[in-house]
Amino acid sequence: MPEYNFLVVEDSPTMRQLISFALKRIPGSKIVEANDGIDALKKLSTQKFDIILTDINMPIMDGLKLVSMVRNDPAHKTIPIVIITTEGAEEDRKRGLALGANAYIPKPIQTADLLSVVNGILGNK
Amino acid sequence: MLKRRQEGIMEKEPAPISKKVEEFLQVFKKGEEFTQELLKENEKLRYRLAQVEEVTKFSDREGTYKVHSLEDRIKFLEDENRGLIERYRVVEEENKDFANRYIEVEAENNNLANLYVASYQLHSTLDFNESLKIILEIVMNLIGAEEFSIMMLDEKTNELTIVAQEGMGPEARASVKLGEGTIGGAAKAGDSFYRDGDPTDLAGVDYLHPLVVIPLKIKEHVIGVIVIYKLLVQKQAFSNVDYELFSMLAGHAATALFSSKLYSQSERKLTTIQSFLDLLKEK
Repeated sequence: MPEYNFLVVEDSPTMRQLISFALKRIPGSKIVEANDGIDALKKLSTQKFDIILTDINMPIMDGLKLVSMVRNDPAHKTIPIVIITTEGAEEDRKRGLALGANAYIPKPIQTADLLSVVNGILGNK
Repeated sequence: MLKRRQEGIMEKEPAPISKKVEEFLQVFKKGEEFTQELLKENEKLRYRLAQVEEVTKFSDREGTYKVHSLEDRIKFLEDENRGLIERYRVVEEENKDFANRYIEVEAENNNLANLYVASYQLHSTLDFNESLKIILEIVMNLIGAEEFSIMMLDEKTNELTIVAQEGMGPEARASVKLGEGTIGGAAKAGDSFYRDGDPTDLAGVDYLHPLVVIPLKIKEHVIGVIVIYKLLVQKQAFSNVDYELFSMLAGHAATALFSSKLYSQSERKLTTIQSFLDLLKEK
């Protein structure tokens, strides 16, 4: 069974738990949680991840800055990034994707939508 | 000379006749042989014909039997085919039912996960401010509200006062009398309020006419309200799980806030008493 490592970057413990809950339904999933962008970068330096799932509005370092930094880091620039945010306007979505995110999911999330996006990125059916 | 010639002729005449007779006899004999052969051949052919007729008669009988048998088989297979098609249709129908049930179960699972996480988080702390923060997170992230507040009831003044809010403008009233307007009325009655019409109609946020008012109740005792004025742009309508969340929040958020408030008060009292005890000990 393949193993998938997910990095969930969220300042809200409620959302972290909800996203992790959904991702645990993918067989072989292992989830690491980070509170903000800086915490995420620390965890990225110690472990390899298959997908980063990040919020935008977070203290210390927001999700857009994190996306930008990951895309400019040769060691991590190919990791797929999914933005999960309350910012649901079309221009926000375009901005997130233009920075290099692979997918943009507005909150409130539906588990089926999240799993569909993640499985699509992983190449699972 | 003539005589000799005539004698010669006379001598020569019998030879051709006998020869002819002989030839005729031979021809006749051959004819007889040929006729015999023909008769034999005829007999053979008649025998062969009889055989063929016999075989044909048998083949006809066998063929007729085979045709009937094949017709019966075709009928049986056609019946079986119809049965299988019917069974396939039933199974396909069942499959559709199962697929629909699966989607329903998935949705239910999703709803339960939301409710579980919300409930788990609400009861994960005894800190009042943290409880407020968790309620804000739930209302924003799980329900999809953009402008909303949590108001607590002061039983001495009978006033509902905002203790936490998200996205609200300065024109929003900080407090409302119990029984006053939509918010005060819902709090006094202890009944949830849902504004009629499209919840995504964002033609100006009206702080006097909120979208939703959820009284926070411990049994029938109202301790505050959650008031939603505006939804996130991507939130099209309230779903079943939203109403479940509202219902869950009405009870669980109330107990979480009440218990954390009591805990904070008891902690303060304990600190005060401890200070008194320390003072007494010093004396």
